[in-house]
Amino acid sequence: MLYAEDLACLKGDRLLFRGLSLKMVPGELLRIAGPNGFGKTSLLRILCGLAHAEAGEIRWNDRPIGSDREAFHRSLLYLGHAPALNDLLTPLENLRFACASAGDDVDEDRCVDALVRIGLAQQLDLPARVLSQGQRRRVGLARLFLGIRRTLWVLDEPFTALDVAAVADLAMTLSDHCDAGGMVILTTHQDAPFAKPPRVLDLAEVAV
Amino acid sequence: MSRALGPFGAVLRRDLLLAWRGRADVLVTLAFFVVVVCLFPFGVGAETNQLRSIAPGVLWVAALLATLLSLHRLFAQDHADGTLEQLLLSPEPTVLWVVAKILAHWIATGLPLVLVAPALAMLFDVDQGALGILILSLTLGTPILALLGAVGAALTLGLRGGGMLLALLVLPLFVPVLIFGAGAVDAHLSGTGADAHILLLGGGLLGALALAPIACAAALRIAVD
Repeated sequence: MLYAEDLACLKGDRLLFRGLSLKMVPGELLRIAGPNGFGKTSLLRILCGLAHAEAGEIRWNDRPIGSDREAFHRSLLYLGHAPALNDLLTPLENLRFACASAGDDVDEDRCVDALVRIGLAQQLDLPARVLSQGQRRRVGLARLFLGIRRTLWVLDEPFTALDVAAVADLAMTLSDHCDAGGMVILTTHQDAPFAKPPRVLDLAEVAV
Repeated sequence: MSRALGPFGAVLRRDLLLAWRGRADVLVTLAFFVVVVCLFPFGVGAETNQLRSIAPGVLWVAALLATLLSLHRLFAQDHADGTLEQLLLSPEPTVLWVVAKILAHWIATGLPLVLVAPALAMLFDVDQGALGILILSLTLGTPILALLGAVGAALTLGLRGGGMLLALLVLPLFVPVLIFGAGAVDAHLSGTGADAHILLLGGGLLGALALAPIACAAALRIAVD
């Protein structure tokens, strides 16, 4: 379970939000909404422990995430704005590196399967610099299709640059993950066909 | 064991592969080293005794500048493409992969300098017996430069004009390494023996290896915040 209490975020000298609390229980899908510049990405980065909150506390399974960082990050899968691809490596090399550096023991066949499933069968051996924006996005998202046991998925704009079929496929995967007891927090500006409508947290409504 | 080696091995393998695929960058650093060393005889004149006496200092200063030139590459690409965030979210200890990155960086940029240094030393007519000491001092000294430089690179990550700031930040820290590195060869040539210098460099390397990755990891966390 993820608890965030009384979070505040300061960017420069601008207060993006304060007094923000949220609670995630297994099986829940939360969509962070709000116009550009209202701190959606900042909130996700704070929840992951990448950025520092000006005030407030985040607890994972009743322990502050700072006190047991490794256990928290073992349960967390974060995909940020940047797809974490190196242009000189192939999608397969990028994906295998992402798994190995995160401490996930995933063999090559499963990585190939995930990349084929997400529609990159033709691009397995090409350097990432020749891929289109949508294809780069997909390489990052391929980690979601590996079946790694990580409870909390935090996704920043996962649907950007994807075509309709890929959006549907991803939405279904996210719904399945929630049905299996996982949790998903995401930001998006578009409507995705989730199995059941997600809970929405609108940052425009959080009082500053 | 294999799990602890996971991120370390993965980062080391990937960075060496990247260094190989982007080997033009590595060659530029090496060429810079060679060119800087070769400039000195033009500047100070081709008097053999003088060249012989300045050779260790020239080689060391050139190695130091070449290291400095390549330092900004250490984390910049990973920072720009989001890999650094993913690495910081790895449940494995941060220092582990930080050491792997620095080691890969040293193998790609520091080791070639160590290997070509003897050939350049012979251009300066350095005594053959001193070449071993030169290689040893560079082998112990350039990793210290890489470790200290990595802290500077992490601290200046994402800053405008970071390259200049990086130089200002780490060059003073490089001074002791320069003194004992170049001093080792001089001490050997003057007959006092280079043991003390080499031991100090070795101690410095162990100290840097113990402390620099921790500082570097903390600086990287601040850099992505």
